[in-house]
Amino acid sequence: MKTKKKSAVLATLAWILAVAAGLWLLTGLLTPKYMTDIQEGALIAEYYKEKTDHDVVFIGDCEVYENFSPDVLWREYGVTSYIRGSAQQLIWQSYYLLEETLKYETPKVVVFNVLSMKYDEPQSEPYNRMTLDGMRLSPAKIGSIRASMTEEEDMLSYLFPLLRYHSRWGELTGEDVTYWFRRDIVSDSGYLMNVGTRPAENVPEGAPLADYRFSDVCWDYLDRMAELCAEHGVQFVLVKAPSLYPYWYDQWEEQIEDYAAEKGLPYLNFLELIDETGLDFDTDTYDNGLHLNLYGAEKLSRWFGAWLAENTPVEDRREQPDYAEIWNEKSAVYAARQARLEAERDAA
Amino acid sequence: MEELLAILNEMHPEVDFEIADNLIDGKILDSIDIVSLVGELSDTFSIEIPAEEIVPENFNSAQALWDMICRLDEA
Amino acid sequence: MSFASARFLGFLAVLFVLYYLIPRRHQWKLLLAGSLFFYWFAGWYCLIYIGVTAVTTWLAGRKVGSLLERQERYLAEHRAEMSREERKAYQAAARKVRFRWMMACLLLNFGILAVVKYAAFVVENLNGGLALAGAPGLPVPDLVLPMGISFYTFQAMGYLLDVYRGKYPAERSLGRFALFVTFFPQLIQGPISRFNELSPSLYAEHEWDSRQIAMGAERALWGLAKKLIVADRLAIPLRALVAEPDKYQGVYVIAVIFLYAVQLYADFTGGIDITIGVARMLGVQVTENFERPFFSKNTAEYWRRWHITMGTWFRDYVFYPMSVSKPILNLHKKAKNWLWGFGKKLSVYLCTIILWFVTGIWHGASWNFIVWGLLNGVVILVSQSCEPLYAKFHAKFPRLKGTFGYRLFEVARTFWLMGLIRVLDVYRDVPLTFRQVGTILTSFHPSVLWNGSFLELGVTAGDWVVAALGGLAMLGVSLCSRSEPLWPRLTDRPNLARGFCAALILLTLVFGVYGIGYDATQFIYNQF
Repeated sequence: MKTKKKSAVLATLAWILAVAAGLWLLTGLLTPKYMTDIQEGALIAEYYKEKTDHDVVFIGDCEVYENFSPDVLWREYGVTSYIRGSAQQLIWQSYYLLEETLKYETPKVVVFNVLSMKYDEPQSEPYNRMTLDGMRLSPAKIGSIRASMTEEEDMLSYLFPLLRYHSRWGELTGEDVTYWFRRDIVSDSGYLMNVGTRPAENVPEGAPLADYRFSDVCWDYLDRMAELCAEHGVQFVLVKAPSLYPYWYDQWEEQIEDYAAEKGLPYLNFLELIDETGLDFDTDTYDNGLHLNLYGAEKLSRWFGAWLAENTPVEDRREQPDYAEIWNEKSAVYAARQARLEAERDAA
Repeated sequence: MEELLAILNEMHPEVDFEIADNLIDGKILDSIDIVSLVGELSDTFSIEIPAEEIVPENFNSAQALWDMICRLDEA
Repeated sequence: MSFASARFLGFLAVLFVLYYLIPRRHQWKLLLAGSLFFYWFAGWYCLIYIGVTAVTTWLAGRKVGSLLERQERYLAEHRAEMSREERKAYQAAARKVRFRWMMACLLLNFGILAVVKYAAFVVENLNGGLALAGAPGLPVPDLVLPMGISFYTFQAMGYLLDVYRGKYPAERSLGRFALFVTFFPQLIQGPISRFNELSPSLYAEHEWDSRQIAMGAERALWGLAKKLIVADRLAIPLRALVAEPDKYQGVYVIAVIFLYAVQLYADFTGGIDITIGVARMLGVQVTENFERPFFSKNTAEYWRRWHITMGTWFRDYVFYPMSVSKPILNLHKKAKNWLWGFGKKLSVYLCTIILWFVTGIWHGASWNFIVWGLLNGVVILVSQSCEPLYAKFHAKFPRLKGTFGYRLFEVARTFWLMGLIRVLDVYRDVPLTFRQVGTILTSFHPSVLWNGSFLELGVTAGDWVVAALGGLAMLGVSLCSRSEPLWPRLTDRPNLARGFCAALILLTLVFGVYGIGYDATQFIYNQF
């Protein structure tokens, strides 16, 4: 009798394990892979594959991961850097990414792009997903989910993504099978390369707003980021990328300038440094001025690298073998990617 | 008893009510039959059949019906 | 808390674990606490409604029960001294006293139900009349319908009527009685349980019984799968078809009839499977509410097998009492000899029509449900009256009856006939329904079946395949339970049962319609 009972319990346990395994397999299959299309969805998770620490960490939305090239910073200044960027990254998501990053490493400089100051509430579920799903489970991730959820979302489906992506059973492609258990690296240290060119024409003026003041929520998160950096002895740098659109209002600029001055933080508005960086919006953008292409990003990074070397305690690590080996390999990947994308572009 | 059998036979000529003992459970009498039957019985035997007497045990066979009629007549 | 929600699952898990950990004599108290919590979750005001019903019915039950006891004791003690007439007179008088108490409680509770459910409908129709007369309309009351009010009111009133009739003694404990009224698995959509059937296992002390728990879990998972995979999936094209009646006519209306039959069945029986399964996991036996209704050979049989507890409730507490009431019996006496004996059936016909009118109105406060109920009554009466004709027909072709082909014909006939009537409850508008059904004859374009039009209703070809496979699985399970219930047989093969559960969990999680992009549709019977 007793053994019979025991074997029944064991059999039930075995089946529970089978269900768990099934759930794991299905989650892997049904979760979007972001490998060939919408690659920005893959960015956040790639950070965990990094083999070295970084002197500079960028945090922000597409205005960082499309506009700065860590490879240029390495090749020309020996600065190691990483971009923790994701599409429409909201400021609380930036805060929690910073919090998480500081658990893994302590960079010398954190660069934050201030565009997301304009959003004071959760925006869209798909963008939330692209920022949050890639994060490893941690208190920071939970905090970020809580702050980001739109009304239709729930925590459970972040913890068990199958609950969110189950309806993809009808849209599965070869990509989902190929990348069932693995991912390629689609970025170069968080930079998503684009070699196309589409000149900026007729950039619209921003329509007048009823209220230009950034909301308290955003200021609060900005404060918290500044404090966190101060606690860890990290130099916090504010930037506004040179994207022509979304429109950056003068009233916004003033507020950020005042804030930076008050807190003693460096603030670089690259929209006002177009001549210095040498950007040309006829050749250096792939989507009419929203984002820079590879050539624009390299120009911007070259200028910014010099600025970093001069104004922050970053090191030139090109002579340090531990770093050089890994980062030169990254450079090779970067060059190969550039060659491949350009060939594809020229073939089209 | 004869009168009862006559009423039943008129409703379902194909059933032998002297031996049938699952009129309800065997779904021979449906609720409409039952209500017609109650009307006939209260008429013929001048009894009152309250709703709570309409349970399968009282309607499953002619004998059960007859017992109910006698009981209600007695009070 | 919808059954198909993570919240309910969490609630159930906590309750389940506690239930088998605490001393067994407290188990029913935990069920009561859980049920009240479940109900409170639907809105605190709901607790007031159900509280009033539970307390007043308990009080009235106690009063009626003790009166009955005293009266019977008196009768037993004085039987010898009383003549038959005296006894009858005493009984009649005693009955009257009991009746008053019962009636007060019935009026109060059905009154509450009537006000929250029908006030708006009555005022709207009244306003229609007033508008014709040129008078200004009355404000339409906007009352929120407390969850499951029709179900728990009927269940509580059934108890009171039974106590009044002396079927069983009144429940002494208010707590236990409150549990009978509020028992959470059946709060949302029934079944309407009888006190004597539910209470023994509801109040009993239950020890861990793996077999029962496994059987309950299998059943609940199956119900959840039916609801999430089939019912909620078919609800999407149905919504589209009904939203644009001008665009979707003819063949589409046939599709609506068919899809709604499957959708409603999957939804309602799915919900009941969850109810029965969850209750069984807690050791409580809840009455079956369906007996493979789509295999019925005629309308009357269909109604004995679909939503059984509602049908028997109306039969026992409305149809029979009405049929044996004085006015009806008098009518019967008078009409007996009218129209060459046809008058004999008049009272039965009248009662049937009234019964179906009330059944219709119970389903919802709108004309479509009233017409729906009346049509059901008419169909049942017509088919009853035609029985001699059938008999003649079968006498002529004796080989036909009982053959597989003929049985199939009967089943299909009943399915489509009931579907045709049920479609009133899809369009929820009587003239529109008749017009739509009419288009089956006037604008019949079967090409829409294969030209891809059905892929433009918000679901993909894959969805149709999944729904069809789900429907076939439901058919298969029905066929498997034809001779004897499926669940005990499945449970006797433990590894098959475990595999069945594992497969259901995975299939429901992947193919279930839930989450972002889908609104979790509530069980259809929720608001009744």
